[in-house]
Amino acid sequence: MLSYLVRRILLVIPTLFGVSVVVFVLTRVVPADPALAAAGIGASQQKVEAIRRELGLDKPLPVQYAYYIRDLSRGDLGISIYSGLPVSQDIVRFFPATIELSLTAFFLVCAIGIPLGIFAATHHGKNVDLVSRVSAVGTTALPTFWLALILQLVFFHKLHWFPLIGRVTSFHMRPEHITGFFILDSLLTGNWASLADTLYHMFLPLVALVAARLAIVVRLTRVCVLDVLSLDYIRTARAKGLSNPRVVYKHSLRNAAIPILTELGMQFSWMLGGSAVVEMIFVWPGLGFYTITALNNMDFNTIIAFTLIVTGLFLASNLLVDLTYSFLNPRIRFE
Amino acid sequence: MQLAKIIHWLVNRWIRLACVAVLAIVVLASIFGPLVSPHRISAIDSKNTFGRPSVQHLLGTDELGRDIFTRVMAGAQLSLLISLSVLSVSIFIGVLVGAAAGYYGGWPDLILMRVTEVFLTFPSLVLAMAIAASFGPSLTNTILALSIAWWSSYARLLRAKMLEIREEHYIEAARSIGMSARRVLLRHALPNCFGPILVRATNDLGIVILFSTTLGFLGLGPQPPSPEWGLMVSTGSKYLSFAPYYAVAPGLAIFMTVLAFAILGDEIHESYRQTAQQVEGA
Repeated sequence: MLSYLVRRILLVIPTLFGVSVVVFVLTRVVPADPALAAAGIGASQQKVEAIRRELGLDKPLPVQYAYYIRDLSRGDLGISIYSGLPVSQDIVRFFPATIELSLTAFFLVCAIGIPLGIFAATHHGKNVDLVSRVSAVGTTALPTFWLALILQLVFFHKLHWFPLIGRVTSFHMRPEHITGFFILDSLLTGNWASLADTLYHMFLPLVALVAARLAIVVRLTRVCVLDVLSLDYIRTARAKGLSNPRVVYKHSLRNAAIPILTELGMQFSWMLGGSAVVEMIFVWPGLGFYTITALNNMDFNTIIAFTLIVTGLFLASNLLVDLTYSFLNPRIRFE
Repeated sequence: MQLAKIIHWLVNRWIRLACVAVLAIVVLASIFGPLVSPHRISAIDSKNTFGRPSVQHLLGTDELGRDIFTRVMAGAQLSLLISLSVLSVSIFIGVLVGAAAGYYGGWPDLILMRVTEVFLTFPSLVLAMAIAASFGPSLTNTILALSIAWWSSYARLLRAKMLEIREEHYIEAARSIGMSARRVLLRHALPNCFGPILVRATNDLGIVILFSTTLGFLGLGPQPPSPEWGLMVSTGSKYLSFAPYYAVAPGLAIFMTVLAFAILGDEIHESYRQTAQQVEGA
């Protein structure tokens, strides 16, 4: 098991190297001059040159790449032009809001989608199949930003049921800062009023994210479970006289779990990208909101940091999925 | 013969016909709509801002008094143009890389696929956002950004298909009569990859529209006064409380177009899978 783990982690290194090269090239081939951007509008030629030297932009490209990797390994992501603070500091500040939103949405999608998918597989027939297929295809076609706006239009402008924007009503409703996750912090401090307020504000962004992915997870689970249910060993299990729930839950789920998990890993990476758009619309003070504001201000360091973090999280979740495989299917470990 | 087959496939299920009808309307509206419409795309009418939907302005007017319906039709042109361009570029690069890697194997495969994997690692939307932001927002850069984020999935698809085809008897036969590798690849192997590409591309046409409008919504696509759908939804969202149709109309256009492509893609995928199974079974 340990050697498998080590081998799997070592395999990530070339990919990480490639990712860092792509991102580096991206920052250096841009038509806009990073030194000029860092110096600000109306800076003198001398100041721009000074900044160019300071940032090491006058050195040859391989040297610049070495500097960039050195800084990266120290966790130094540069200064954000937009906020004037180190990017790493900004990320620590904005990260919890994003993780809280996307993890909750992801958890809800799994908790609702997987049981529904199993139901659709065991009760498969013309109508159930049609509903699961149409809703899955329908939601892939739905622009998330538009869905979020429709939610605001209906539930805020028309019905006045939910708040328009933000994470809490006012500064006073914020729970005491422990982890930065409002749900967790308010639970830890027993601050029920701020827990209620946090959930109240979280509702519409959550609905937007969950609605965008739920039907896809349902369809996926259904297909994977159906595939396994048609296999010979399931027929054997049934022939032995095992009850239907036992066949479905005990025999088929474990084998269906591998393709489901793979897809869920992909869906999680979608959540991180999709939550950026949702954060922007609901003015949710997370990483996505911060990055999109930076995008429109040509704040390169922030853009790079966001790309690296999301890609890193994506790699990490894939790694986690792979490790879970070997837990679910011991044969994989010995290959 | 081919045309008769396609028509037969289309009329077989009403949903396929419905999708084709929606797409035909979108294409026709995008080409002829702005020409036929009595309103010009960017004709400003400061006396008639935020006009409610009426016979004269079917979807009302925007903050500058421009006709929203005409602009939505013009937006279709942009979205279709972006989507077709991105897929052409992506398929071209993907076929080149994937076919070479899959057909030749060995070290070209190793190098090409490592590069492909790196691009597959990035979540496409995030990579496209980063590129569009770095290069500056514009129509060409949207196409460029999405193509860079998109080609890798075609490379992977082509390589997998090529590995399969390489072992077929007809390829062996072609080789054994002394054909050059290039000729075998171009004349015999590649034409047999069109099926999976077509299946994927139909679906992707819609998804690329979804991504490009998202870039537009975030301000990373074509800039005002362009009638790009995402940009229109973004501008309209500021007036959501009193002029909801401004943001809703272009969003609905995106949804309908992408939905038609998605259902059609799904139908083609199902038929393709069934045919493949029948062939295998026979």
